[in-house]
Amino acid sequence: MIRTLVCLLAAAAVAALAVLPPALALMPDEILEDPALEARARALSKDLRCVVCQNESIDSSNADIARQMRLVVRERLVEGDNDQQVLDYLQARYGDYVLMKPPIKPETYLLWYGPAVVLVLGGLGAAVYLWRRPRAGAAPEPLSAEERARLRRLLDEEGA
Amino acid sequence: MRYLLYVLPLVIFLGAGVAFWWALDSGRDPSRLPSALIDQPVPEFDLPPVATVPVPGLATADLVDTGQVTLVNVFASWCVPCKAEHPILVRLTEREGVRLVGINYKDEPEDAARFLDDLGNPYARIGADPEGRASLDWGLTGVPETFVVDAEGKIRYRHVGPINPPEVESVILPIIEEARR
Repeated sequence: MIRTLVCLLAAAAVAALAVLPPALALMPDEILEDPALEARARALSKDLRCVVCQNESIDSSNADIARQMRLVVRERLVEGDNDQQVLDYLQARYGDYVLMKPPIKPETYLLWYGPAVVLVLGGLGAAVYLWRRPRAGAAPEPLSAEERARLRRLLDEEGA
Repeated sequence: MRYLLYVLPLVIFLGAGVAFWWALDSGRDPSRLPSALIDQPVPEFDLPPVATVPVPGLATADLVDTGQVTLVNVFASWCVPCKAEHPILVRLTEREGVRLVGINYKDEPEDAARFLDDLGNPYARIGADPEGRASLDWGLTGVPETFVVDAEGKIRYRHVGPINPPEVESVILPIIEEARR
Protein backbone atom coordinates (compact mmCIF):
# COMPACT_ATOMS: atom_id res chain seq x y z
CA MET A 1 0.00 0.00 0.00
CA ILE A 2 2.68 2.48 1.08
CA ARG A 3 4.94 1.33 -1.71
CA THR A 4 2.21 2.01 -4.28
CA LEU A 5 1.69 5.44 -2.82
CA VAL A 6 5.42 6.26 -3.01
CA CYS A 7 5.53 5.05 -6.59
CA LEU A 8 2.55 7.22 -7.49
CA LEU A 9 4.13 10.27 -5.84
CA ALA A 10 7.41 9.71 -7.66
CA ALA A 11 5.59 9.37 -10.96
CA ALA A 12 3.67 12.57 -10.26
CA ALA A 13 6.93 14.41 -9.48
CA VAL A 14 8.54 13.24 -12.71
CA ALA A 15 5.45 14.22 -14.68
CA ALA A 16 5.48 17.67 -13.07
CA LEU A 17 9.14 18.14 -14.05
CA ALA A 18 8.34 17.24 -17.61
CA VAL A 19 5.38 19.60 -17.80
CA LEU A 20 6.82 22.67 -16.06
CA PRO A 21 8.77 25.11 -18.25
CA PRO A 22 12.51 25.37 -17.52
CA ALA A 23 13.52 28.05 -15.05
CA LEU A 24 13.83 31.49 -16.63
CA ALA A 25 16.91 33.64 -16.39
CA LEU A 26 14.73 36.61 -17.27
CA MET A 27 13.72 38.61 -14.19
CA PRO A 28 10.24 40.10 -13.84
CA ASP A 29 11.66 43.63 -13.58
CA GLU A 30 13.26 43.32 -17.01
CA ILE A 31 10.03 42.55 -18.84
CA LEU A 32 8.63 45.31 -21.03
CA GLU A 33 5.01 46.41 -20.69
CA ASP A 34 4.38 46.21 -24.43
CA PRO A 35 3.84 42.49 -25.19
CA ALA A 36 4.82 42.88 -28.87
CA LEU A 37 8.14 44.52 -27.98
CA GLU A 38 8.73 41.96 -25.24
CA ALA A 39 8.16 39.12 -27.69
CA ARG A 40 10.73 40.64 -30.04
CA ALA A 41 13.14 41.10 -27.13
CA ARG A 42 12.75 37.43 -26.19
CA ALA A 43 13.35 36.32 -29.76
CA LEU A 44 16.43 38.53 -30.06
CA SER A 45 17.75 37.29 -26.72
CA LYS A 46 17.81 33.76 -28.12
CA ASP A 47 20.03 34.94 -30.99
CA LEU A 48 22.56 36.70 -28.76
CA ARG A 49 25.33 34.88 -26.97
CA CYS A 50 26.27 35.64 -23.41
CA VAL A 51 29.86 36.86 -23.68
CA VAL A 52 31.16 35.19 -20.52
CA CYS A 53 29.43 31.81 -20.96
CA GLN A 54 30.83 29.59 -23.66
CA ASN A 55 27.67 28.66 -25.49
CA GLU A 56 24.57 30.05 -23.88
CA SER A 57 22.16 32.66 -25.16
CA ILE A 58 21.50 35.71 -23.03
CA ASP A 59 17.93 34.44 -22.82
CA SER A 60 18.99 31.44 -20.76
CA SER A 61 22.03 32.79 -18.92
CA ASN A 62 21.94 34.00 -15.33
CA ALA A 63 25.23 35.87 -15.70
CA ASP A 64 25.26 39.50 -14.66
CA ILE A 65 26.44 40.63 -18.08
CA ALA A 66 23.68 38.61 -19.78
CA ARG A 67 21.08 40.49 -17.73
CA GLN A 68 22.78 43.74 -18.71
CA MET A 69 22.59 42.75 -22.36
CA ARG A 70 18.93 41.79 -22.09
CA LEU A 71 18.24 45.24 -20.66
CA VAL A 72 20.12 46.88 -23.53
CA VAL A 73 18.16 44.85 -26.10
CA ARG A 74 14.96 46.18 -24.55
CA GLU A 75 16.35 49.70 -24.30
CA ARG A 76 17.19 49.69 -28.03
CA LEU A 77 13.75 48.29 -28.92
CA VAL A 78 12.01 50.97 -26.88
CA GLU A 79 14.12 53.57 -28.69
CA GLY A 80 12.63 52.27 -31.92
CA ASP A 81 15.44 50.14 -33.35
CA ASN A 82 14.48 47.28 -35.63
CA ASP A 83 15.73 43.77 -34.88
CA GLN A 84 18.75 44.02 -37.16
CA GLN A 85 19.79 47.35 -35.61
CA VAL A 86 19.71 45.79 -32.14
CA LEU A 87 21.93 42.92 -33.29
CA ASP A 88 24.28 45.38 -35.03
CA TYR A 89 24.46 47.49 -31.88
CA LEU A 90 25.71 44.59 -29.79
CA GLN A 91 27.91 43.22 -32.57
CA ALA A 92 29.69 46.58 -32.80
CA ARG A 93 30.60 46.28 -29.12
CA TYR A 94 31.22 42.58 -28.67
CA GLY A 95 32.14 41.35 -32.14
CA ASP A 96 30.77 38.39 -34.10
CA TYR A 97 30.99 36.19 -31.02
CA VAL A 98 27.85 37.77 -29.60
CA LEU A 99 25.74 36.42 -32.46
CA MET A 100 24.55 32.85 -31.94
CA LYS A 101 24.47 32.52 -35.72
CA PRO A 102 27.87 33.60 -37.04
CA PRO A 103 27.84 35.80 -40.17
CA ILE A 104 28.92 34.21 -43.45
CA LYS A 105 32.28 35.68 -44.46
CA PRO A 106 35.70 34.33 -45.53
CA GLU A 107 36.76 33.52 -41.94
CA THR A 108 33.61 31.48 -41.36
CA TYR A 109 33.39 29.71 -44.75
CA LEU A 110 34.95 26.60 -43.20
CA LEU A 111 32.39 26.70 -40.41
CA TRP A 112 29.40 27.10 -42.72
CA TYR A 113 30.44 25.04 -45.72
CA GLY A 114 32.80 22.53 -44.04
CA PRO A 115 30.03 20.05 -43.15
CA ALA A 116 28.66 20.16 -46.72
CA VAL A 117 32.16 19.54 -48.11
CA VAL A 118 32.64 16.59 -45.75
CA LEU A 119 29.23 15.21 -46.77
CA VAL A 120 30.05 15.50 -50.49
CA LEU A 121 33.47 13.87 -50.01
CA GLY A 122 31.92 11.05 -47.97
CA GLY A 123 29.18 10.62 -50.57
CA LEU A 124 31.75 10.41 -53.35
CA GLY A 125 33.74 7.83 -51.40
CA ALA A 126 30.62 5.75 -50.78
CA ALA A 127 29.58 6.03 -54.43
CA VAL A 128 32.99 4.91 -55.66
CA TYR A 129 32.97 1.99 -53.23
CA LEU A 130 29.49 0.85 -54.24
CA TRP A 131 30.25 1.29 -57.96
CA ARG A 132 33.35 -0.87 -57.83
CA ARG A 133 31.84 -3.62 -55.71
CA PRO A 134 30.94 -6.71 -57.79
CA ARG A 135 27.21 -6.82 -58.43
CA ALA A 136 25.32 -9.15 -56.12
CA GLY A 137 23.59 -11.88 -58.11
CA ALA A 138 25.98 -11.64 -61.05
CA ALA A 139 26.98 -15.19 -62.04
CA PRO A 140 30.63 -15.96 -61.24
CA GLU A 141 32.81 -16.70 -64.23
CA PRO A 142 33.10 -20.42 -64.96
CA LEU A 143 36.39 -22.10 -64.10
CA SER A 144 38.99 -22.43 -66.81
CA ALA A 145 40.22 -25.88 -67.90
CA GLU A 146 43.45 -25.36 -65.96
CA GLU A 147 41.60 -24.43 -62.76
CA ARG A 148 39.31 -27.42 -63.13
CA ALA A 149 42.29 -29.74 -63.43
CA ARG A 150 43.84 -28.22 -60.30
CA LEU A 151 40.61 -28.57 -58.34
CA ARG A 152 40.34 -32.22 -59.35
CA ARG A 153 43.92 -32.83 -58.21
CA LEU A 154 43.23 -31.29 -54.82
CA LEU A 155 40.01 -33.27 -54.34
CA ASP A 156 41.76 -36.50 -55.33
CA GLU A 157 44.52 -35.85 -52.82
CA GLU A 158 41.99 -35.35 -50.07
CA GLY A 159 40.17 -38.53 -51.03
CA ALA A 160 43.35 -40.61 -51.00
CA MET B 1 45.70 3.08 -54.27
CA ARG B 2 43.88 0.65 -51.99
CA TYR B 3 46.81 0.82 -49.59
CA LEU B 4 46.45 4.62 -49.42
CA LEU B 5 42.83 4.19 -48.38
CA TYR B 6 43.86 1.98 -45.47
CA VAL B 7 46.31 4.60 -44.18
CA LEU B 8 43.69 7.36 -44.34
CA PRO B 9 42.15 6.71 -40.87
CA LEU B 10 45.60 6.82 -39.32
CA VAL B 11 46.37 10.10 -41.07
CA ILE B 12 43.07 11.62 -39.88
CA PHE B 13 43.73 10.38 -36.36
CA LEU B 14 47.20 11.89 -36.33
CA GLY B 15 45.86 15.19 -37.71
CA ALA B 16 43.19 15.35 -35.01
CA GLY B 17 45.78 14.41 -32.39
CA VAL B 18 48.08 17.24 -33.41
CA ALA B 19 45.16 19.71 -33.41
CA PHE B 20 44.05 18.66 -29.91
CA TRP B 21 47.63 18.70 -28.67
CA TRP B 22 48.05 22.22 -29.96
CA ALA B 23 44.76 23.35 -28.39
CA LEU B 24 45.84 21.98 -25.00
CA ASP B 25 49.43 23.03 -25.08
CA SER B 26 49.59 26.39 -26.84
CA GLY B 27 48.31 28.31 -23.82
CA ARG B 28 45.49 29.61 -25.97
CA ASP B 29 42.49 30.62 -23.90
CA PRO B 30 39.25 30.17 -25.86
CA SER B 31 37.36 32.38 -23.41
CA ARG B 32 39.51 35.36 -24.40
CA LEU B 33 37.62 37.08 -27.14
CA PRO B 34 39.08 39.47 -29.65
CA SER B 35 37.76 42.92 -28.92
CA ALA B 36 35.54 44.50 -31.53
CA LEU B 37 36.68 47.93 -30.38
CA ILE B 38 40.40 47.81 -31.21
CA ASP B 39 41.35 50.79 -33.38
CA GLN B 40 37.88 52.22 -32.88
CA PRO B 41 37.28 55.60 -31.26
CA VAL B 42 36.24 55.46 -27.61
CA PRO B 43 32.46 55.07 -27.21
CA GLU B 44 30.17 57.99 -26.44
CA PHE B 45 29.58 58.21 -22.72
CA ASP B 46 29.37 60.77 -19.94
CA LEU B 47 29.67 59.60 -16.36
CA PRO B 48 29.35 61.70 -13.21
CA PRO B 49 32.01 61.53 -10.49
CA VAL B 50 31.67 59.04 -7.66
CA ALA B 51 29.84 61.08 -5.02
CA THR B 52 32.32 60.54 -2.21
CA VAL B 53 35.60 60.66 -4.15
CA PRO B 54 37.23 64.04 -4.82
CA VAL B 55 38.15 63.52 -8.51
CA PRO B 56 36.06 64.63 -11.52
CA GLY B 57 33.83 62.32 -13.57
CA LEU B 58 34.71 60.83 -16.93
CA ALA B 59 33.30 61.45 -20.39
CA THR B 60 34.29 60.80 -24.00
CA ALA B 61 35.71 64.32 -24.26
CA ASP B 62 38.27 63.49 -21.56
CA LEU B 63 39.78 60.81 -23.78
CA VAL B 64 39.68 62.42 -27.23
CA ASP B 65 42.60 64.57 -28.46
CA THR B 66 44.24 64.66 -25.04
CA GLY B 67 47.73 64.64 -26.52
CA GLN B 68 48.73 61.72 -24.31
CA VAL B 69 48.12 58.04 -23.89
CA THR B 70 45.51 57.17 -21.27
CA LEU B 71 44.83 53.92 -19.48
CA VAL B 72 41.14 53.37 -18.79
CA ASN B 73 40.58 50.88 -15.99
CA VAL B 74 37.16 49.51 -15.15
CA PHE B 75 37.04 48.51 -11.50
CA ALA B 76 34.77 47.88 -8.52
CA SER B 77 35.40 47.68 -4.81
CA TRP B 78 33.62 44.31 -4.63
CA CYS B 79 35.95 42.82 -7.22
CA VAL B 80 38.84 40.93 -5.66
CA PRO B 81 41.09 40.82 -8.76
CA CYS B 82 40.74 44.64 -8.92
CA LYS B 83 42.26 44.82 -5.48
CA ALA B 84 45.08 42.57 -6.65
CA GLU B 85 45.94 44.71 -9.66
CA HIS B 86 45.57 48.02 -7.83
CA PRO B 87 49.21 48.35 -6.64
CA ILE B 88 50.32 47.74 -10.22
CA LEU B 89 48.13 50.58 -11.45
CA VAL B 90 49.53 52.84 -8.73
CA ARG B 91 53.06 51.95 -9.78
CA LEU B 92 52.28 52.56 -13.45
CA THR B 93 51.12 56.09 -12.69
CA GLU B 94 53.96 56.87 -10.30
CA ARG B 95 56.92 55.33 -12.12
CA GLU B 96 55.89 55.46 -15.74
CA GLY B 97 53.87 58.66 -15.55
CA VAL B 98 50.93 57.07 -17.32
CA ARG B 99 47.65 58.96 -17.19
CA LEU B 100 45.11 56.63 -15.59
CA VAL B 101 41.36 57.15 -15.43
CA GLY B 102 38.76 54.81 -13.97
CA ILE B 103 35.22 53.64 -14.50
CA ASN B 104 33.66 52.53 -11.25
CA TYR B 105 31.43 49.62 -12.24
CA LYS B 106 28.21 48.80 -10.36
CA ASP B 107 29.53 50.05 -7.06
CA GLU B 108 28.30 51.90 -3.99
CA PRO B 109 29.97 55.35 -3.64
CA GLU B 110 30.86 54.67 0.02
CA ASP B 111 32.46 51.34 -0.86
CA ALA B 112 34.42 52.88 -3.72
CA ALA B 113 35.65 55.67 -1.44
CA ARG B 114 36.78 53.19 1.21
CA PHE B 115 38.52 51.06 -1.44
CA LEU B 116 40.49 54.10 -2.69
CA ASP B 117 41.22 55.37 0.84
CA ASP B 118 42.70 52.03 1.78
CA LEU B 119 44.70 51.39 -1.36
CA GLY B 120 45.42 54.89 -2.67
CA ASN B 121 43.81 56.66 -5.61
CA PRO B 122 45.87 56.55 -8.81
CA TYR B 123 42.98 57.75 -10.98
CA ALA B 124 42.98 61.27 -12.44
CA ARG B 125 39.28 60.92 -13.15
CA ILE B 126 36.65 58.39 -12.15
CA GLY B 127 33.25 57.97 -13.79
CA ALA B 128 30.55 56.28 -11.74
CA ASP B 129 28.68 53.64 -13.73
CA PRO B 130 26.23 52.22 -11.16
CA GLU B 131 24.04 50.53 -13.78
CA GLY B 132 26.93 49.30 -15.91
CA ARG B 133 25.34 50.83 -19.00
CA ALA B 134 28.34 52.87 -20.18
CA SER B 135 30.64 49.92 -19.57
CA LEU B 136 28.59 47.86 -21.98
CA ASP B 137 29.39 50.42 -24.68
CA TRP B 138 33.03 49.60 -23.97
CA GLY B 139 32.29 45.96 -24.69
CA LEU B 140 32.94 45.04 -21.07
CA THR B 141 32.58 41.38 -20.14
CA GLY B 142 33.60 41.65 -16.48
CA VAL B 143 35.77 43.58 -14.08
CA PRO B 144 38.59 44.42 -14.12
CA GLU B 145 39.30 45.40 -17.70
CA THR B 146 41.88 47.89 -18.87
CA PHE B 147 42.04 49.78 -22.15
CA VAL B 148 44.93 51.67 -23.72
CA VAL B 149 43.60 54.81 -25.44
CA ASP B 150 45.97 56.80 -27.64
CA ALA B 151 46.37 60.58 -27.83
CA GLU B 152 43.61 60.94 -30.42
CA GLY B 153 41.11 58.84 -28.52
CA LYS B 154 41.37 55.51 -30.33
CA ILE B 155 41.32 52.27 -28.34
CA ARG B 156 44.60 50.53 -29.03
CA TYR B 157 44.47 47.59 -26.65
CA ARG B 158 42.11 45.84 -24.30
CA HIS B 159 43.14 43.72 -21.37
CA VAL B 160 40.60 41.42 -19.74
CA GLY B 161 41.15 40.51 -16.11
CA PRO B 162 43.74 41.75 -13.65
CA ILE B 163 47.05 43.01 -14.97
CA ASN B 164 50.03 41.15 -13.55
CA PRO B 165 53.60 42.47 -13.40
CA PRO B 166 55.08 40.30 -16.20
CA GLU B 167 52.29 41.48 -18.51
CA VAL B 168 53.04 45.09 -17.64
CA GLU B 169 56.60 44.63 -18.86
CA SER B 170 55.92 42.41 -21.83
CA VAL B 171 52.61 43.75 -23.14
CA ILE B 172 51.21 46.91 -21.56
CA LEU B 173 54.31 49.12 -21.55
CA PRO B 174 55.31 48.27 -25.14
CA ILE B 175 51.79 49.06 -26.30
CA ILE B 176 51.82 52.35 -24.39
CA GLU B 177 55.19 53.16 -26.01
CA GLU B 178 53.80 52.36 -29.42
CA ALA B 179 50.66 54.40 -28.84
CA ARG B 180 52.80 57.36 -27.79
CA ARG B 181 54.53 57.45 -31.14
